[in-house]
Amino acid sequence: MSRGQALPRIESAGLDGWMVRLFATIDEANLPWLTALTRRCEAALGEALVDLVPSYTTLLVVFDPLRLPPEATRRRLVELLHDLTPDEESDRGEVRELPTWYDPGVGPDLERLAERAGMDIEAVIDCHSTREYRVFALGFAPGFAFMGLLDERLECPRLETPRQRVPAGSVAVAGRQTAAYPVVTPGGWHLIGRTSARLFDRDREGFSLLRVGDRVRFVAVDRATFARQGGDTRPMEANA
Amino acid sequence: MTEYTVIGLRVEHTGPLALLQDAGRFGVRRLGVTQGGPADLHGWGWANWLVGNPWGAAALEVTLGGLGLVAERDLCLALGGADLGASLDGEPVAPWTAFRMREGQRLAFATPVAGLRAYLAVAGGFAAEPVLGSVATVVREGLGGLDGRGGKLAAGDRLAVVAEACHREAGRRLPEEERRDYREPARLTLLPGAQVAAFDGRSLFQAFHAEWRVDDRADRMGVRLLGPRLRCRIETLISEGIGLGAVQVPADGQPIALLNDRQTIGGYPRLGALTPLAASRLAQCLPGQAVRLAPTTAERALDAYRRLRIALGA
Repeated sequence: MSRGQALPRIESAGLDGWMVRLFATIDEANLPWLTALTRRCEAALGEALVDLVPSYTTLLVVFDPLRLPPEATRRRLVELLHDLTPDEESDRGEVRELPTWYDPGVGPDLERLAERAGMDIEAVIDCHSTREYRVFALGFAPGFAFMGLLDERLECPRLETPRQRVPAGSVAVAGRQTAAYPVVTPGGWHLIGRTSARLFDRDREGFSLLRVGDRVRFVAVDRATFARQGGDTRPMEANA
Repeated sequence: MTEYTVIGLRVEHTGPLALLQDAGRFGVRRLGVTQGGPADLHGWGWANWLVGNPWGAAALEVTLGGLGLVAERDLCLALGGADLGASLDGEPVAPWTAFRMREGQRLAFATPVAGLRAYLAVAGGFAAEPVLGSVATVVREGLGGLDGRGGKLAAGDRLAVVAEACHREAGRRLPEEERRDYREPARLTLLPGAQVAAFDGRSLFQAFHAEWRVDDRADRMGVRLLGPRLRCRIETLISEGIGLGAVQVPADGQPIALLNDRQTIGGYPRLGALTPLAASRLAQCLPGQAVRLAPTTAERALDAYRRLRIALGA
């Protein structure tokens, strides 16, 4: 990291990319700035824009260097940053509710997490489900949203050995973040329940249920409701 | 599929991996969806050019060989990229050439002679239903390919082609300077990145002077390089977007160059990013092969990339 250089700054990210670094730390207050910059890039780069990847503190701008050469793209980004203002209006984000069945059968780390936090399971569920989380980034897999911030009482490091196979819909926590797995993948987060929400659907407009900036609540539901909503009630082994 | 398509080829048997790839999936990376597309853009692009296809037509990426195909009608095809010992009814097919395949003939890929990934293009392009705007196959994400679900080619699959495949004239010849011999040591040009100053001086010297070996942990997501241990003051970053060719260095000091199927965000410090042509070149390296990293400038990288795209008519 270039020492002491002021933020924001624009860093090389290959022939077709510029990394716009806006902040040094993870903070919900970053979101309206990232939203504003994302929107302005869409408007300013037009046909030359290939992809935008917003994350906690940065926006990766991927462009077609044949349509707009790297230096010209960089100059345009400098102009955008010059009078950037946070976009509070569009930053409100969609409010999404994820119906979640919290149960040791589908959340094999729930009991251990409760023990670690010195709480009973009900209190952990309460703690996780009463909070509103913001989506900071998508990545790892299509539709996988990194959300925060988790109540610090539930903070925990990732598993030392990731599981080979985490079922789709699994609701998980790690560090001060929470997430739900859209599809079956390996995973190193602590599993505490399962959601019936379809997080990624190729046939849905927009494909991903969650987007950067969204506000998400996990709503605790019982087994019957979960099953009625199409949730997968099959338990998993704690060591799977 | 709006164009008129017909079945052109049937898969008789497959090797480790054969995938349908167009230019890739774009505009959805913010949803965590990776880029996909041909690991060797150069070989894929020239194979399409040989049969007169525009930029972006879907071709087959055959990794390591083992694929056997039967023509269900007369076709005009071309091979680019690796030499995997391809033969047509037992007669060798030279890499980097266009050729005709008559109905009932068999095209078989054996094992690597030079390089790792061969590209088989057909005049008009292979046809499949796009998923999120592309037919590029990403097995890990379950997107694209013949079935739309990220499936690799399997015995019994039937490959649709745009109908003009059957009557277009072959006959383009590859410009000689575009032919590659992947057995030669690879020199990979790299654009230094923002964290380059966080590596110590000795590591930076070694990065660009040592010989690196391609590890056997190498796939379409990324290729690990083995060599001197690079030391960086930064161990992890807050996760951020990763571009094609990014060379990340985890705590063990062994760099990983990230290719088309990489995850969209990640948190390791980066030495920089391979140029598009260097990423293509690396995708043709077999485990154990020697490579060197060479810093370059954006001007030179752009010049080389622009020349390729213009030559290919895009």
